[in-house]
Amino acid sequence: MRFSKTGRRGVALTALVAATALFAAGCSAGSLGSSSGEGSAGATTITLLTGAQDTDVASAKAVIDAFQAANPNITIKHDTRPGGSEGDNLVKTRLSTGEMAEVFIYNNGSLLQAIKPEQNLTPLDDQPWASQIDPLFAESSKGSDGKIYGGPYGTAFGGGVLYNIPVYKKLNLQVPKTWDEFMKNNETIKKAGIDPVEQTYGETWTSQLFVLGDYHNVEAQVPDFAQKYTAGQAKYATTPAALAGWQHIQDVKDAGYFNKDFASAKLNDGVKAVSTGTAAHYPQLGATAANIENVAPGKSNDVGFFALPGPDAATNGMTVWPGTSAMYIPKTVEGDKLEAAKKLIAFAATQQGCDAIVKGAPPQGPFLSKACTLPGDVSQVAKDTKNYFDSGKASPALEFKSPIKGPSLEQICIQVGTGQVDAKKGAELYDQDVKKQAQQLGLPGWE
Amino acid sequence: MASTVGTTEATPLAPVVPKTTRREERKGTYPYWFYLPATIIYTIFFLVPTFASFYFSFTRWDLFTSTWIGLKNYQTFFAEQALITGLGNTLIYAVITSGLKVVLGMALALLLTSKIIARGYLRSVVFFPVLVSTIGVGLTFTVLMNPEKGLINNALAVVGIDGPGWLTNPSLALFSIALVDVWKGVGLATVIYIAGLVSIPQEYYEAAEVDGASRWNIFRNIMLPLARPATATVITLSLIGGLRSFDLIWAMTKGGPGFASDVIASVIYKQYQAGFYGLSTAGSVVLFLVVTIIVVPLTWWLNRGEESQ
Repeated sequence: MRFSKTGRRGVALTALVAATALFAAGCSAGSLGSSSGEGSAGATTITLLTGAQDTDVASAKAVIDAFQAANPNITIKHDTRPGGSEGDNLVKTRLSTGEMAEVFIYNNGSLLQAIKPEQNLTPLDDQPWASQIDPLFAESSKGSDGKIYGGPYGTAFGGGVLYNIPVYKKLNLQVPKTWDEFMKNNETIKKAGIDPVEQTYGETWTSQLFVLGDYHNVEAQVPDFAQKYTAGQAKYATTPAALAGWQHIQDVKDAGYFNKDFASAKLNDGVKAVSTGTAAHYPQLGATAANIENVAPGKSNDVGFFALPGPDAATNGMTVWPGTSAMYIPKTVEGDKLEAAKKLIAFAATQQGCDAIVKGAPPQGPFLSKACTLPGDVSQVAKDTKNYFDSGKASPALEFKSPIKGPSLEQICIQVGTGQVDAKKGAELYDQDVKKQAQQLGLPGWE
Repeated sequence: MASTVGTTEATPLAPVVPKTTRREERKGTYPYWFYLPATIIYTIFFLVPTFASFYFSFTRWDLFTSTWIGLKNYQTFFAEQALITGLGNTLIYAVITSGLKVVLGMALALLLTSKIIARGYLRSVVFFPVLVSTIGVGLTFTVLMNPEKGLINNALAVVGIDGPGWLTNPSLALFSIALVDVWKGVGLATVIYIAGLVSIPQEYYEAAEVDGASRWNIFRNIMLPLARPATATVITLSLIGGLRSFDLIWAMTKGGPGFASDVIASVIYKQYQAGFYGLSTAGSVVLFLVVTIIVVPLTWWLNRGEESQ
């Protein structure tokens, strides 16, 4: 195309203005997005990043409201992230790019090791609450340098089987202490037309309970499993006690005890099913019972909790998750924001903070901070969990005794649960997965 | 570019011989300098990361430090069941989506270049899914395909058919996602074919009618060969897209149930999520090689007729 001289100048001018506008837009968007905080005089703003489940959000909001009432010159914004491997991904990415919130809630135990706390997080062992926390929690919130990185948040809880009490009463069943008793109960329940065991593969992390929740029984038979497993000497596929968890998934599946929509149901569907009596058993973490009021109002006391049954009634006990989460501060936080963040964590460890947390999520076990005591009226699940703690039949899950947890456990459990592989093959696949994780962490004895 | 606006100038052009030689000399140096900005951007954003990823695929990497471990990542990649399944699934997915898009695209293009009512409206309807967000399509179809509560199985139940678990049956999951991918992408193939068919000169059709050719003969001997450039484009684009496909699969099943609908791209993503950055990079290199090995000879074979035309 040929422009006249003036036409060409017009085009050039327009292009120049457009280009300058583009550059200006690019520059200003960048500076607006930067989080190098200078708040207005006196007021500090920090962000709290939590999980996205209903109970996580409700607790966080309650804590934020209570904290801001007590500290009027600190504002806290609330942000959420998904759970499972997507959440792991988000946390790892934000920590490595320096964009993490000032305080974030994430797992402790082996998942904490995977985010390299010595490099990425601020140590908190000089804090006032550091000597007043549950010892199991403290152990699992330390880095490899022995410093505490996680602040206590909420309660410990167990992993086992949620069961529907009215169904048990109607069919005259007893809480099973061995796997055979459990399967006999399932048979009776199936004959009565109720789904014996609820599974919810629509949320993949829920598939792991048969394997992870069985650990107390594994350790009862092989006391040094955790050390040998970390050193690469004990494997799931070749240790019969550990293989049992995988076999359980296959046994329940082969007997046809799963609910019809097990492959697509979600966590809330499962909680609702076991609360309303559509399903009798739901292998889950005790903490999920906190959501019963939301999905099946009024049924909180219709659900009880028992530990996953193993081979021996005498050694049967509950696998404990001494809080799956703790509060962390990234290393990059400094100055006023660091002080505000530390204050928030300290607040969550006080009775006020504990009360706020259980406003959003009724407690299903004892508090992690020794400064807090449980309210008088707790759910049946909390009472059952407390019984296991009190009688000493409780020990932590493997992920709190070993830094290694294979990232694909959920998917492999689903493979066994949908019949794509059998239990032995599933255990072998998981051992391979664990090997990759151990090598990535640079542990000795795995090459 | 010569402008054929019409010669209204009466004055003859001045003799240009001395000027062109000088202009040609100058043309020799300037154009190469114009390549420079593009080359810099290409090098920084494409060449450097590609070669860096070749390097990191031979290491154990945690984004801060890397230790050289040679071919171990590749050995792990090809030894693990889940990763090999991903490779196989990628090829199946690419071939199915590509094949269906070619066949359905051509069929729809034939329909939409013939004389039917509301042709313009139908063309928009066919093309519309291409414009919609892939994640939105994925999430919508996941809800529709829910085995108990989804619309598809409820509609089938009305007719008396017991719909399968589209996304929950391990053997069906990948094919269900492939069908959604075809639904979404066939509009683009159709548009390319329409352009190809419309560009066939009318004389061929007139000559064929004079010779008494049937509709099928016209299709087979005139439309197909003359639409070859369009076919080549559709095959190449849909095959590359199918080999690299990630967002639809991730939105619908995240590679599940288990690893049944994993493809290389979602395997790479999962390894990255788990923090196995070296292994994830090795997966990317494998994907790069797979796509190159398939597409380069294919493109050469599809276009070998081009030069002779």
